[in-house]
Amino acid sequence: MTTQYTAAYAKLENSLAGSSLGWLKALRLQAKEQFIEQGFPRLSDEEWRYSNLALLEKKPFNPVSESELGHIDIADLEAYKLSDCWTLVLVDGHYSASLSNLAGIPDSVIINSMAEALISHPDKVKGYLGQATETKEVGFSVFNNAWFTDGAFVYIAANTVLDKPLQILHVVTDAEILANTHHIIALETGAEASVIETFVGCEEQYATVSVTEVFVASNSGLTLYKTQLEGDKAIHLGGVYVKQARDSRFNHANFAFGSLLARTDVHIDLAQAAECDLNGLYLGAKRQHLDTHTRIEHLEPYGISKELYKGVLNDKARGVFQGRVIVAEQAQKTDSDMHNHNLLLSDNAEADTKPQLEIYADDVKCAHGITVGQLDETSIFALQARGIDKVSAKNMLTFAFANEMVNKIKFKPLHDQILMHVLNKFPQAGIDQSWL
Amino acid sequence: MISIKNLHVSVGDKPILKGINLEIPAGEVHAIMGPNGAGKSTLSHVLSGKAGYTVTEGSVTYKGQDLLALEPEMRAREGVFLAFQYPVEIPGVSNIYLLKAALNAMRKHRGEEEVDALDFLTLAKDKIKALEMDEKFLYRAVNEGFSGGEKKRNEILQAAILEPSFCILDETDSGLDIDALKVVSKGVNDLRDKERSFLMITHYQRLLDYIKPDVVHVLADGKIVKSGGPELALELEAKGYHWVEEQVS
Repeated sequence: MTTQYTAAYAKLENSLAGSSLGWLKALRLQAKEQFIEQGFPRLSDEEWRYSNLALLEKKPFNPVSESELGHIDIADLEAYKLSDCWTLVLVDGHYSASLSNLAGIPDSVIINSMAEALISHPDKVKGYLGQATETKEVGFSVFNNAWFTDGAFVYIAANTVLDKPLQILHVVTDAEILANTHHIIALETGAEASVIETFVGCEEQYATVSVTEVFVASNSGLTLYKTQLEGDKAIHLGGVYVKQARDSRFNHANFAFGSLLARTDVHIDLAQAAECDLNGLYLGAKRQHLDTHTRIEHLEPYGISKELYKGVLNDKARGVFQGRVIVAEQAQKTDSDMHNHNLLLSDNAEADTKPQLEIYADDVKCAHGITVGQLDETSIFALQARGIDKVSAKNMLTFAFANEMVNKIKFKPLHDQILMHVLNKFPQAGIDQSWL
Repeated sequence: MISIKNLHVSVGDKPILKGINLEIPAGEVHAIMGPNGAGKSTLSHVLSGKAGYTVTEGSVTYKGQDLLALEPEMRAREGVFLAFQYPVEIPGVSNIYLLKAALNAMRKHRGEEEVDALDFLTLAKDKIKALEMDEKFLYRAVNEGFSGGEKKRNEILQAAILEPSFCILDETDSGLDIDALKVVSKGVNDLRDKERSFLMITHYQRLLDYIKPDVVHVLADGKIVKSGGPELALELEAKGYHWVEEQVS
């Protein structure tokens, strides 16, 4: 079943990013062999027991070369571009210089397509590529490593503060296309940056595979947002693999609103006193299947990890959350806190939630809390007691449940964009945006 | 304003209120005191329409209508206001959003137009100042991360904006330090007028030093066992609830 992809990519071999580099060829070859051996993850794999990827095998999706890119509706795309940002646009897995805006980037910063970075800064890329991706477990990262067509390379030199966020905007234009991208975001000591990954696409069935490797050097801080707004029929596989050095900070906010089938893996390795804060919101309707797996490994002492994921599931939608926290034997004084709350709006909606704590140290603080349920009756009554009818009270509380996560977004253009999508997702809520 | 006659209320099979009779005319403040478990909070919940209580006997007439037949939101729109003993936190909804939604629900019920955004802001800022709260509270999520005193002040802020005719204050003084108690009491006293009635439920006599009631009732084991003037509260404070319970038996 893997042969169709092997054959499809064999045709594109020369248009893959960095195709002339020997070390990269070797890396890709090794990944390809691993993929041929294990294929896509299966339901029998523990980490994949809720998400069935058979669609990727039953109906092969097609990678496209740069010369075969689909038509793009510029006006549609502009609606997703955020103001006050640099923008790097990837169309069907390939960088589009004409749609991007990277003017005025400071000299101490590199923001480029992966293909161009492999030409202009091959040694820098080599130092990072594949260093954070998950290869031990069955997953899609080997598929990505073998055949990513392009991506973004972001490098922030020591003590540089990127004063505007970078938006990496992924667009898929047509049915049956497979877009496969690989990004690297690397911050040197004392650097700070914000990056927003936005995924959008057409209303036909297509597939996105995207891996982002993040390197946060000592005392640096990255805020990374992921807004998955893919088309209703899309398949989305996304991985964020993070290496945090001593005293570094990493904030992740993960919004999953689109796709028929979406899975995001977030893996974080924490060195001494490194701190991560993970927030997520998944909103599912109809037959959407939205799966998030997070894995935080406290490898050294004094690390802090905070995690809050919320899901609202309507119709026959299904939400999956698995949160693993691993505290190594030497990671004493770890402070870890993980919560997942799910709101089911229909009898046919489903939430599967699985916290997993693996603690090998003996002096740590690890908390977790999980809920799956309906709205709190006391809160509904409290609103009724202020003259608000029961249906409006429920709508307001449902919106509030989701909006708690939206309110955490500090970058206003993104906050407003996400808020609009939350309101669109549940139009019955009848929330008056002008009041918010 | 409100007339409660022979009210019996059960939770499940357990009778909690066992024949309450209470008349509160317009403009009066009545205090209900009583030991834990006497049924004080049950009375406030039944009057405001909370689910989970069964009225087995008796009636409540409010402004000439059968209050118990109304949905909770209709009671609120008709001017019944419950200041909660434990105000709920609503992360994700700002105070100002809730206040505006509530005020507009009432105005719509009265056939009035929605409040103008600017007028509303002026009103809200005016009221919040009187309660010595920072304007920032308007934009914070409802009660999220508020201290106990801030939550109680926030309830009074809602009353000040919604201008109800009948206010039930359910242990609004519990857990307040003396400074917060003074501010909350001032907020309540500012709301007193000859058209507005109050039912003040409290466990402690201290509140009555700051909000002078017209009548004090003692509730024990689901019944009002004694009623009198403000001096009754002092007597209770001196002799304890035990004294009333002994008199009843």
